Amino acid sequence: MTREEVFNGVQDIFRDIFDEDDMVIENTTSSDEVEDWDSLNHINLVSAIEKEFKIKFALGELMTLKDVGAMVDLMMEKLK
Amino acid sequence: MFQYQFDSSFILRKKKSIKKQLLLKDSFIEKNIAILGGSTTSEIKNILELFLLDNGIKPNFYESEYNKYYEDALFGNDDLDKFNPDIVYIHTTNQNIIKYPELKDSEEEITILLENEIKRYKSIWSSLSKFDCAIIQNNFDYTLDRSLGNLDCYDIHGKTYFINQLNSKFSKQAREIKNLYINDINYLSSYIGLKNWFDKSLWHQAKYALSLDSIPELVFNISKIINAIFGKTKKCLVLDLDNTCWGGVIGDDGLDGIHIGTETAIAESYTTFQKYAKELKQRGITLAVCSKNDFKNAKEGFEHPESILKFDDFTSFKANWDPKHQNIIDIAKEINIGLDSLVFIDDNPVERDIVSSQIPSVSVPNVGKDVIHFIEHIDRNGYFEPISLLADDINRNQYYEDNKKRAKEESTFKSYDEFLVSLEMTAEIKSFSSIYLDRITQLTNKTNQFNLTTKRYTAGEIENIASSDSHIKIYGKLTDKYGDNGLIAITIGTIKENQCHIDLWLMSCRVLKRDMEFAMLDELVRQCKEKGVSEIIGYYYKSAKNNMVSDLYEKFGFLLSDKTDENTIWKLDISNYDNKNKFIGVSND
Repeated sequence: MTREEVFNGVQDIFRDIFDEDDMVIENTTSSDEVEDWDSLNHINLVSAIEKEFKIKFALGELMTLKDVGAMVDLMMEKLK
Repeated sequence: MFQYQFDSSFILRKKKSIKKQLLLKDSFIEKNIAILGGSTTSEIKNILELFLLDNGIKPNFYESEYNKYYEDALFGNDDLDKFNPDIVYIHTTNQNIIKYPELKDSEEEITILLENEIKRYKSIWSSLSKFDCAIIQNNFDYTLDRSLGNLDCYDIHGKTYFINQLNSKFSKQAREIKNLYINDINYLSSYIGLKNWFDKSLWHQAKYALSLDSIPELVFNISKIINAIFGKTKKCLVLDLDNTCWGGVIGDDGLDGIHIGTETAIAESYTTFQKYAKELKQRGITLAVCSKNDFKNAKEGFEHPESILKFDDFTSFKANWDPKHQNIIDIAKEINIGLDSLVFIDDNPVERDIVSSQIPSVSVPNVGKDVIHFIEHIDRNGYFEPISLLADDINRNQYYEDNKKRAKEESTFKSYDEFLVSLEMTAEIKSFSSIYLDRITQLTNKTNQFNLTTKRYTAGEIENIASSDSHIKIYGKLTDKYGDNGLIAITIGTIKENQCHIDLWLMSCRVLKRDMEFAMLDELVRQCKEKGVSEIIGYYYKSAKNNMVSDLYEKFGFLLSDKTDENTIWKLDISNYDNKNKFIGVSND
């Protein structure tokens, strides 16, 4: 799976969770910029990503990530 | 989407757009639901909202601060008081157990720990009673880890043992406390599997005491209880015959050729299904048949010596070649219940499609074609979820059978009056007494057709009214020569000076056209006069189902005093009232 495919998959999940069909995320998008991206929605995002891509994040692994780009990079590691 | 087997991941991911879709429907009833959580509840609230909207209930929520269930319940706060919940859901789990036994503890010390734990919940329930609301309380799930291994379930120091003790005490409390309903997460977590139920990582990250995927299962279970509380449970199971009640086709294979009994695995699986249907019947669910067959063949199938169900078990039996949806409409009419009270089971997807597309209010679960799965679709969907087992429910089928005899007699009399006389009816019409309060609450919540205001009451409210001096509250029980119809009529009025305002007037459709409503009116007037009331004010609030009583007050001789849209207000001066009941012998207070 290419990074672009993974990125698009993540974008679809963002669109569903935040219910905005035309939401566009960037590598630099972070929780500061998305109004509804609070800690509880973060859990929902992560859980949806885990299911969609059949991967598991270790406890705390995602807490330190600063933006979407870093998250996708970590996913690429796991998908190898 | 919200029926067994729903897709948890899909619901969680799409919840916002699903909610928008659900809100497009109209005719919701609004209810205030307070969630008092011992762990994170935000997603529980979001998903519960979807399941309730799907059932026509629009919830307003109060959500306690994280783990403030105890404080909110006991000490209250202005927000919760103002919110005045119809239902309080207490989401506690094994994570909220304060202190487990330690290995050094003696049996007495452990008993004290147990008592302390129970006391806490008892004080929660008793202080919530001020709201007169229904309380839905989780029991306890097992802990995922058990350091004592198998011993954990039988040594008195084991956590599993402790939890079992607690749960059995909760059950006892729920039998004793009206309004308290157990959400059995102990069963639910076993059903899902403990390792799927609890997610350690999610607990540490976000303090959810169950996995995200389990949340739809949890709220599904809660919504079944809420449906039952508001009288939305189904009343009748309609069954197809060939390859549903037995294997094979009776018309082709003959009585000897169908599969039922214990001879083969296939036969046994149909027997199991019949046993389940019989169990439902025994607790008051009405059974009906809707099958494309010659009547004679269909009836013969139940004469099979191994058949658990017999022809007499069915209150309505439609075996013919008419389209099934027409037969089902006839079944509902015959039994006198709404179409939304029916569940239809058929192994044939085409028949299921026709019924669900022609009469969408009938529940038609997608049971597949293998009888092995039929039960789980009925069971898991909670169509027939009871909140208590009342004698009236268990006897209900008897009434319907008696009714058949009554209908037969009716046709042999010259006049309807003559028929009514022949029924030798006697009624007990009295003020509420404690033994009937459960039944009264139940009737207020499930009677839709003969119901002037469709006002729903909680058990607590009924209890208060029962002991109130400013209310007239009468119930009616009717017996005739064919049997006891049980408690079937309720009238509640509030007295304000010299007026009595009728808040509730309802009657079970079981006793339509028996003049019972006139006997109730006579008693109401008698009690009003005793209390110095000179005028009765009646209200008719139109609902989707109560058209049959839109002119009831007119029939009673009330005068129309006001009209807004289709809602009407009526007045009756009772100074010159003459008793209207001629056919029922009444005993009163």
